[in-house]
Amino acid sequence: MSQATISRPLPPLAEPRHAEPPQVTDKTLPNGLRVMIVQRSAVPLVEVRLRVPFAGTSDELPIATLLGETMLSGTSTHTDVTLAAALQALGGGLGASVDADRLLLAGNTLATGLPGFLELLSTVVTDAQYPDPQVAVEREHLADHIEVALSQSSTAARAALVKRLYGDHPYAVELPTPAQVREVAAEQLRALHASKVLPAGSTLILVGDVEAEETVRLAETVFAGWATSGVASEMPPIPALVTGPTLLVNREGSVQSSIRYAFESIRRTDPDYPALQLANLIFAGYFSSRLVSNIREDKGYTYSAHSSIEHSVAGSVLTMDADVASEVTAQSLLEIDYELGRLATSGPTAEEVEDVRQYAIGTLALSIATQSGLASTLSALVGIGLGPDWLEAHPQRLAEVTVEQVAQAAAKYLTPANAIRVVLGDADAIRSAVSVLAPIQE
Amino acid sequence: MSDSIAALPSTNYPVERFTLPNGLRVVLSPDKSAPVIGVVVVYDVGMRSEPEGRTGFAHLFEHLMFQGSENLEKLAHFRYIQSAGGVFNGSTHADFTNYYATLPSHALERTLFLEADRMRAPALTAENLANQIDVVKEEIRLNVKNRPYGGFPWCYLPQLMFDSFANSHDGYGSFEDLEAATAQDAKAFFDSYYAPANAVLAISGDIDIAETTALVEKHFGDIEHRPAPELPSFAEPDLTAERRGQHHDPLAPMPAVALAWRVPDPVANLEEYLPYLLLAEVLTEGNASRLVERLVLKDAIATDVVSYLSFMGDVLAVRDPTALLIQAHYPPQHKADTVIETIESELGRLATDGLAAGELDRVRVRLVAQLLRESDAVLNRALSMSTFEQQYGKAELINEIPTMLAAVTSEQVQAAAATLQPQRRAVLEVVPGKGA
Repeated sequence: MSQATISRPLPPLAEPRHAEPPQVTDKTLPNGLRVMIVQRSAVPLVEVRLRVPFAGTSDELPIATLLGETMLSGTSTHTDVTLAAALQALGGGLGASVDADRLLLAGNTLATGLPGFLELLSTVVTDAQYPDPQVAVEREHLADHIEVALSQSSTAARAALVKRLYGDHPYAVELPTPAQVREVAAEQLRALHASKVLPAGSTLILVGDVEAEETVRLAETVFAGWATSGVASEMPPIPALVTGPTLLVNREGSVQSSIRYAFESIRRTDPDYPALQLANLIFAGYFSSRLVSNIREDKGYTYSAHSSIEHSVAGSVLTMDADVASEVTAQSLLEIDYELGRLATSGPTAEEVEDVRQYAIGTLALSIATQSGLASTLSALVGIGLGPDWLEAHPQRLAEVTVEQVAQAAAKYLTPANAIRVVLGDADAIRSAVSVLAPIQE
Repeated sequence: MSDSIAALPSTNYPVERFTLPNGLRVVLSPDKSAPVIGVVVVYDVGMRSEPEGRTGFAHLFEHLMFQGSENLEKLAHFRYIQSAGGVFNGSTHADFTNYYATLPSHALERTLFLEADRMRAPALTAENLANQIDVVKEEIRLNVKNRPYGGFPWCYLPQLMFDSFANSHDGYGSFEDLEAATAQDAKAFFDSYYAPANAVLAISGDIDIAETTALVEKHFGDIEHRPAPELPSFAEPDLTAERRGQHHDPLAPMPAVALAWRVPDPVANLEEYLPYLLLAEVLTEGNASRLVERLVLKDAIATDVVSYLSFMGDVLAVRDPTALLIQAHYPPQHKADTVIETIESELGRLATDGLAAGELDRVRVRLVAQLLRESDAVLNRALSMSTFEQQYGKAELINEIPTMLAAVTSEQVQAAAATLQPQRRAVLEVVPGKGA
């Protein structure tokens, strides 16, 4: 900005005060369950994440998805209703969800309720019954929820993108069809549970108002009965991404186009990763990015454009999304490619790199400043084979990245030539304009 | 079932307050446990106060407040917050508009400078206005026009339930009204509502009281005093006959219904309002709640059901008139009347037989735990304190609400359920599909 016009100067930042890195008590129990505990006593609660590797196949997807919906539907000693009431009485709440990589049981409880909460969690893990009547009801609800989800442009665009990216890999489909869900039998849920809900490879993360050693002993006692043997299956690596024509997906009457881009990316452990993380932020990874400044704050084509690096067990991918008015679909694609090309060929400025460096370091600290944020961050890292040491060292890695390295990362990964493009919108309204820019495929 | 109920915890967040000579009220809540801060400026103006013919203007104006100010060019606000390692946003509600950021604590003075500069003189230019009208239209397309159930029920149900323009209009606004907005309108809106005396500044987290007080005085002290506008009454009489309406949604794959009843004035009668907060939890919080158990798990006539206070979910930051809402999505083989009658029968059972032993206690302890969980983030503390201070003159409510909830009796919740009578309700159905 032009300093000459400033009558009041922007105050400088003060000396930063660094947070203590989280002290993690990390122990693997005899049954193979890894327990990670962090004492954080700001509020008298405990955040709980039990992450079970699930490495699903495409055939298992409808079963696994319904398993997530019905795992809390009853045990030998509890119905769905009494289980929910018992959790509430502790000041607790618990939910289950499944994706291609993991089953996640996530919840929280008043710290005083932790022993009871872990007992209930252990009961669910070792004794979920998938009662026929409850499964029959939840199956219909899930089919209806999926139908509603697929009517949303964001879900439909995501489905088209992952199909385009992953071909035959299990990551290619994230949601089963309603018809597939309706064919799942309760017996299949019990069988999948028996084969995949194993202590070996699973991680229990507890963050909150707890004393670490005492809580390890508690977990040891409570989960001693979880003795299923077996080893978690592994997800095959994601295939190399293949670029090609822009995929145009019709959504009749859509008043916006959902634009999605994807690029090959790298793991968090790759030496290039910190540089690519910063390059991504400069492109479209935060509000002050080049793309948001261009297509929102200058041209008003969109409410939001955003890119991020997704890390899954089997690989990483960089994705960008923007929903734009139908009549400016082609113009938006042009500007996205322009910003990609500009960054890849001319690199960032030193000032831009400094801005995103501070943003990345600061928001990492913010994201682990709460019990729930720290628990979720640890769970995600553990899922890809990393831990608190990665978290603790990452600010320093970001601090060391040079402008040149960011330019190189952008030129290597984040280029128009590497982009895979999917546009979901009213095909008849946007086809001719979009096909001016590049070949399209429908 | 005889689960023993956990004891209710509470918090004791400190509250320091002062008022600048220009009328700006300031609330500070130090907590040194992590080097992060939350900074909130809340203005006492929302969607209810926008002029007729200018629906959506309060929200559009919120966007304009990010477009530069006396000493900051366009994009500078975003950049200075983010390059300090922080995140920001703003939000517009029926009764307030807030601007907030959470950052590493070493960015405190910078953040105060940014907020003060736009409180003093935002850049309300025609060019910024034209750009943000486009952005807001895309926001409405994204969240309403291109989304199944978009804007349901908050954009549509107030139109059925209320009569005055202030309470009934769609706060996202019509494209026609948005496009008609002028820089002159923005200037007038700013002059009327964005005076320091109409705002509260709340700061929580890693701060020192004396140092922060001095910084607030330094940056906000010379903003000119303007009188705060008088807060109008938005009161309307309660419904005496049921109102039914339909909303046609071509994108929706299945029907939905929302029911709403007026509830006591939260600010005038918080003790009478809180039983409704617990009632909403008794009705739909989790599988052990009345309506989820009956409609979703047992009868399976709805795929989901939720109940809550206030159209925008700002339960403890909304003024009168507001409502308790119950909404459900249901498969097309069922009828709206079946869903409504089943809700009615459960409300009737609650009103007649009261709550089960332990039911209120378990719902209450979970609700309090969730309130505590929210307040773990310093930003959420500043957000809550800012509106408590503005609407109730009492930021300390953040600590007192759990105690007030503890005092609510089963009889009060039962009595609240008994007020949800058919003749007092507004009912809006979503008619789904292309032929809708």
